[in-house]
Amino acid sequence: MQRWPFILAVALLFLTGLGIATYRYLDTGMPLLPGQERAVWQIEARIAFTANGGAAEALLTLPPDQNGFEFLSETGASPGFGFAINRAGPQRRAHWSKRDVEGSQTLFYKLDLVQDTGRRVTEEKPRRRSADSFDGAYDTAAKEVLNALTPKSANARSLAEQLIQEINTEPPDQNMSLLLQRYSPVRLIGALLSRADVTARTVKALRLRDGRRRQRLRDYLQVWHDDGWLLFDPRRGLIEDTAHILVWQTGNPAVLEVIGGTRSRVTFSMVSQDQPALGLARERYNPFDLSLQNLPIAEQGMFKLIMTLPVGALVVVFMRLLVGVRTSGTFMPVLIALAFLQTELLAGLIGLVLVVGAGLLLRFYLSALNLLLVARIATIVVLVIALVTVLAVVSYRLGLISGLAITFFPMVILAWTVERMSILWEEEGPLEALIQGAGSLLVAVLAYLVMSLAPVRHLAFNFPELHLCVLAAILLLGRYTGYRLLELHRFTPFLKRSP
Amino acid sequence: MNWLVSPRTLRRQGVMGMNQRNLHFVGRYNPREAYPLVDNKLRTKRLAEKAGIPMPDLLHEVSRQHQIEAIEPNLSQLGEFVIKPAHGSGGKGILVIASRDRGAFVKSSGERVDLNHIKHLLTNIISGLYSLGGRSDDAIIESLVRTHPMFSKLSIDGVPDIRVIVFKGFPVMAMLRLGTHASDGKANLHQGAIGVGIDIQTGEGVGAVQRNRPLTKHPDTGEPLQGIAIPNWRDLLTLAARCHDVTGLGYLGCDIVIDAEKGPLLLEMNARPGLGIQIANGNGLGQRLKAIEALELFAPSLEERVDLAMNGLAGRAME
Repeated sequence: MQRWPFILAVALLFLTGLGIATYRYLDTGMPLLPGQERAVWQIEARIAFTANGGAAEALLTLPPDQNGFEFLSETGASPGFGFAINRAGPQRRAHWSKRDVEGSQTLFYKLDLVQDTGRRVTEEKPRRRSADSFDGAYDTAAKEVLNALTPKSANARSLAEQLIQEINTEPPDQNMSLLLQRYSPVRLIGALLSRADVTARTVKALRLRDGRRRQRLRDYLQVWHDDGWLLFDPRRGLIEDTAHILVWQTGNPAVLEVIGGTRSRVTFSMVSQDQPALGLARERYNPFDLSLQNLPIAEQGMFKLIMTLPVGALVVVFMRLLVGVRTSGTFMPVLIALAFLQTELLAGLIGLVLVVGAGLLLRFYLSALNLLLVARIATIVVLVIALVTVLAVVSYRLGLISGLAITFFPMVILAWTVERMSILWEEEGPLEALIQGAGSLLVAVLAYLVMSLAPVRHLAFNFPELHLCVLAAILLLGRYTGYRLLELHRFTPFLKRSP
Repeated sequence: MNWLVSPRTLRRQGVMGMNQRNLHFVGRYNPREAYPLVDNKLRTKRLAEKAGIPMPDLLHEVSRQHQIEAIEPNLSQLGEFVIKPAHGSGGKGILVIASRDRGAFVKSSGERVDLNHIKHLLTNIISGLYSLGGRSDDAIIESLVRTHPMFSKLSIDGVPDIRVIVFKGFPVMAMLRLGTHASDGKANLHQGAIGVGIDIQTGEGVGAVQRNRPLTKHPDTGEPLQGIAIPNWRDLLTLAARCHDVTGLGYLGCDIVIDAEKGPLLLEMNARPGLGIQIANGNGLGQRLKAIEALELFAPSLEERVDLAMNGLAGRAME
C-alpha cells in the first residue's frame, strides 16, 4: 500500500477506536480509570449434580445480609427447574425442584452486590446455644488448654487470638494435639470458645478476587465482641480488613443439599466491575448491547485476561522492532506474561526458570537417545509435566503455596521453550541461548508489568474498542524502517569514520 | 560515548538497519515463492545444474530413515565428503570429512568419528533438528571443496567463503568470511568468524573485523589479514550476478567458495543476508542500493551489470 492511504487507514482506525470509546464514555458514564470504592461484584454459584431419575431438589444456602455489602439483585437461572428463595429465618436458601430428571445437571445462582465499606447491619447477639460439648478425656484436655490461656487474655477477642496462635504452634502441646485428633481446627476453636462462655460460631465465606473461577467456600470463625461479629482466620488470626470476604453460610444447614441426586458440588466464579458497568448490565435485555458485561461471569473472567493480550503483543512488537531485543519464539513472551498474571511475578519467574533449567538438563540427556523430533517434543512435554508436579508437591510440602502457581503455565509452551533453548545452546553456544533466554524473560516481564497495570486492564475490558488504537499502533510500528536501539550499539564501528 | 552511535551518523554513512532491510529490500524485492529455491539447498542444486552454475557435486541425498541404515556402502567409496541439511542455516548440522583412516572418518579438524556418529547426524537432519520450524528435512552428501592455496592459512577448519550481496542483479558489496576457533571453523560472523571487507571493484581486502572489532592478524594462525586479493574476481562476480537471474530474487546474498581446481563454486544463497557485511567493509549499503534503484537501464545484460559493479557504480554513488 502506498504511504498516504496507509497513514489514512491507520488514522481512521485510531480515531474510530477513540471515537467509540469517547461516545461510550459520554453515553454510559463508564469511568476511565478503575474506581476503588463501591465496586460491584457479580458472583455466580454453579451447582452440578447427577440426578438419579425421578424428582430432584437442590437447596443452596444464600449469604445473609451483612456489613460492608449491599445486595442488588439475585437470580437462579436453570432451565426446567422451579426456583424459589426461602426467606424463613436469618439464613436464606435457594430452592430448585423438578419432578422428573436424570443425568448430570447444572444450576446457576447469580448475585450482584455492591461493596460499601460504610454500611452496617445491626445484628442481635445470638442466644447461647449449647456448645459442642467435650466428653471424657477431651473435656479434661479442653479445660487445661483454657486454664492455661484464660489468664493471659482480657476479653473474647484476645482469647480467640491466643487460641488460634496456640493451635497453629508447631508442634502443638499435648492437650492440643489430643483435641486435634478429634476435631477440625475451626470446630475446635469454636468449641473451646463456647466452653469459655464466649459467643462464637464457624462460618463459611468466599474470598472476593477479581476474575477468579471455580472457587470454594472456606472456613472462618466469628466471635461476638462489642455488639458485632469479628472475623477470624483459623490459621492467621483476626482479619481486620473484611472488605473482600463475603460470609456465605452461618449456622446449621449445609451449604448445598441435593435430594434425589448424587455427586453434588458447588463452585463460585466472580468478577468485579465499576458501578456504571452495572447500569449496562441491568439493561442486558437490550439486543443491541454488545458489551462484554453480557457474558456469563466465568467467561467474563476469561475475557478480562484475553483482552490484555493485544497490549502484550504491542509490547513485543515494540521491543523487537524498536529496541531490537532477540527473543526465542516471537510471541512466547506474551504467553509467559499471561501466565505471570495468574501466578504473581516472583513465584512465576522462579518457577519458570527452575522448570526450564531442569528441563534443559534432561533434554541434554535426551539428545543422546537419538529420537525423531515429534517424539522428542512429546517426551519433553511429559518431562515438563513431571517437573511441574515435583515442583508443586515439594513447594507445597515446604509450605510455599505460591509454588503451586507453576501449573498456570501452558505445558506445551514450556516444552517448546525447553526444546528451542537446547537447540540454541547446542548450535549457537550457551552465550546466544542466554541472550535469547534473557531477552524473552525481559520482554515477558515488561509485557506482564504493562498488562497488570490496573488502568490498562480496566480500559482493555471496559472499552474494548480501544484495541483499534492498539492495532493502529502495531500497524504503524510495522512500517518503521529506522534503526533499532541495539543497532546503534552494533554499528559503533562507524563512529570513528564520522566527520 | 563510544558504545552508542547516533542515528544521524549512521544515516549519513548509509548504514542499513534490520527494519529497513526487511521492509524495503527483502519484503519488496524478494517474491515469496522464490524463497524455497534458496532455502532448500537441493532445489538450489538442481536449479544451478540446469543453469550451468557450478556448485560442489551432489553425491547422495538422504530423506528416509531406511536410507540411513543402508548408507555404509555409499560412504565406503568416498574418501572425503560433506554432509549438510538441505534446509540448514548458519552452518548448523554440517559435518566435513576430510579423509579416512581405516574404518574411521577423519574430520577436517583431525577429530575422528565413527559410522554411528554419521548415522546419528543424518537422523537428526532428516528429523528436522536443523531446519527452520523443525520440519522434516533432507540430508545432502556432497563433494568436499579443496581450499585454494592462498586461503589455507587464513581459515581454521572450514573453507573460507565470499559473501556477495546482489541487488537487482548488480553485485554491490562483498566480504570474505574466515572461520576461527571461536566460530568452530564456521564462516558465521555471529559465532565469531572474521569478516574481511572486499572492494567490489578490485577484489582486494579493505580491512577485517571479528565481533565488531577491527583486527590485522588472524587470531589463531597469526596470518596477516591485509593485502588479500581474491583470484578470478570477475568470474566470481559474474557467478553472483547470475544467481539473481535464475532465482528472481532482487536482494540476495550469494556464498561462493573458490575451489583449488574448479575455481569459484556457488555454495548457497540467502534471501535474507545479514548486515554485518557493512561493518566488515566500513561502509553502508544504503547509498549503493539507492544508486541502483535510481538506475534507468532497460534489462541490462549480465556483462553490463558486472562491468558497472567493477567500474565503481556503487563507489561513485557514494561520493
